[in-house]
Amino acid sequence: MKFNRKRFYLAAVPIFFLVPLILNPYWVDVLNSIGLYALLGLSLNLIVGYAGLFNLGHAAFYAVGAYTSAILNTTYHIPILLLLPVAGLAAGIFALIVARPIIHLRGDYLCIVTIGVGEIVRIALINDVFGITGGANGIFGIARPRIFGMVIRTPHQFFYLIWLFVAITVFLFYRLEDSRVGRALNYIREDEVAAEACGINVAHYKLISFVVGATWAGMAGNIFAAKMTIISPESFSFWESVLMFTLIILGGAGSIEGVLLGAFLIIGLPEIFRELSNARMLFFGAAMIAMMIFRPEGLIPPVPKKYRVFSGTDRGETT
Amino acid sequence: MALLSVQRLTKSFGGLLAVHNVSFDVFSGEIVGIIGPNGAGKTTVFNLITGIYKPDQGEIVFDQHSIVGKAPHDIVKLGIARTFQTIRLFSNLSVLENVMAGAHCRMSSGVLGAMLRLPGQRREEREKIEEAMELLGLVGLQDFYDYLAGSLSYGNQRLLEIARALATHPRLLILDEPAGGMNERETEELIKLIGKIRDKGVTVLLIEHDMNVVMKICERIVVLEYGSTIAEGTPEEIQSNPKVIEAYLGTDEDE
Repeated sequence: MKFNRKRFYLAAVPIFFLVPLILNPYWVDVLNSIGLYALLGLSLNLIVGYAGLFNLGHAAFYAVGAYTSAILNTTYHIPILLLLPVAGLAAGIFALIVARPIIHLRGDYLCIVTIGVGEIVRIALINDVFGITGGANGIFGIARPRIFGMVIRTPHQFFYLIWLFVAITVFLFYRLEDSRVGRALNYIREDEVAAEACGINVAHYKLISFVVGATWAGMAGNIFAAKMTIISPESFSFWESVLMFTLIILGGAGSIEGVLLGAFLIIGLPEIFRELSNARMLFFGAAMIAMMIFRPEGLIPPVPKKYRVFSGTDRGETT
Repeated sequence: MALLSVQRLTKSFGGLLAVHNVSFDVFSGEIVGIIGPNGAGKTTVFNLITGIYKPDQGEIVFDQHSIVGKAPHDIVKLGIARTFQTIRLFSNLSVLENVMAGAHCRMSSGVLGAMLRLPGQRREEREKIEEAMELLGLVGLQDFYDYLAGSLSYGNQRLLEIARALATHPRLLILDEPAGGMNERETEELIKLIGKIRDKGVTVLLIEHDMNVVMKICERIVVLEYGSTIAEGTPEEIQSNPKVIEAYLGTDEDE
């Protein structure tokens, strides 16, 4: 069975953007959560999926973006959406500083260090570093975002803000994936030594994946702060990093479609099975175990890229 | 003036002296072979030249600049490309993408250029894909461009590694056992290909166990044993050198 992905998305995307019209605010809010995790998943996918670096501390970059936005908004009253690039930049610079000394670590070692980074940030926020993070209570009173004088307040309004940002991200990341930079990250994931021997500055590109991934997580943090109007350290716990990591592995590391599907399943399914209360986590865990045994590459693994060439002979589809 | 000059190179791993006082020159436009029994230190010399290992002592001068201590990717950019004895392709990526890996260091677009698809980035991408296809044509793999590299036959994987190395625009191409695992017909094709590569102006330095290949294409041969140079000369000189016969060719019959 062959199905045309492009046609499928051309039909599915407009329908998806009309769906909130028939949903109640609760379910729209679930979709908003899914959108935020999709953004976080896509940003982490640059690091975990493309470059193959295990990062279990992504919530730290998310937190830096959210807190930067919240602090600047509450103290200087800068409109929250104007802070979107500032939040991205702050998280990106933070990533540059923390990733540089650890970037040469391999696999499990890097993983453990990133867990440490995530915890340091969370605990620093609880301890109210520099007296600006509000301690365990966090920061409240973040102003609602405004677009052309319209205040974004309801879940329905946020739906369009968040998912528009997701759509732009998907568009940009597809292009990044299919470029010199995206390929360089894939070579590093496949074989670091060979990549270096081909002339790729491995350390530099690993750092790029961290900085770009963190920048996007920081911007997701900005939108999160705008949506919640209150942020506190518990929103940036280790569990958040685990969720982002899991949704990538479940959906298909290195695959944009996979990450989106992963976000729907990891965030959406527990909501659907809410009646089962605590047993839902049992189902969830069992599903993850089954996945890892039967489909370790994820639900939608990345498809080999197609290049348009003119000198090759056309032999049709190959698998 | 030599294109590559290796001077008194020494490298040890723990107590093992892998390379000891090895010196040789490679001149522009030559095809030079390094031979020697297993464990003679040939691949270590290649790893030292390409920056994967740092020498304990000695000097490596490429195009009149010392390259000791430079990172492997910088050495590639200066014009030295290599293939691996144990094939190291990106086996889950397409054949074309493998060649594009070599083109990377001759491209310049970054994250923003990629996301915004600026005209310069598109042009660069188009040109390099075209060039990669030409290189695949040179090694005879153009029909397989969208196959996964891992699905190619062993011989074709070796050719793909050569195409990938050529995409870096090398002035010196270092081949580590290019005929390893190839059948006779493939080996004949390889000999022709190496000749073609040299005719394009690329100097070739190779390690090879297949004496047929070495004697046919190399203009000069360096013989290593136990990490040291024991002979250097033309194929005829090497074949009649008693030290070489004892150390290398002699043992060949015992295997």
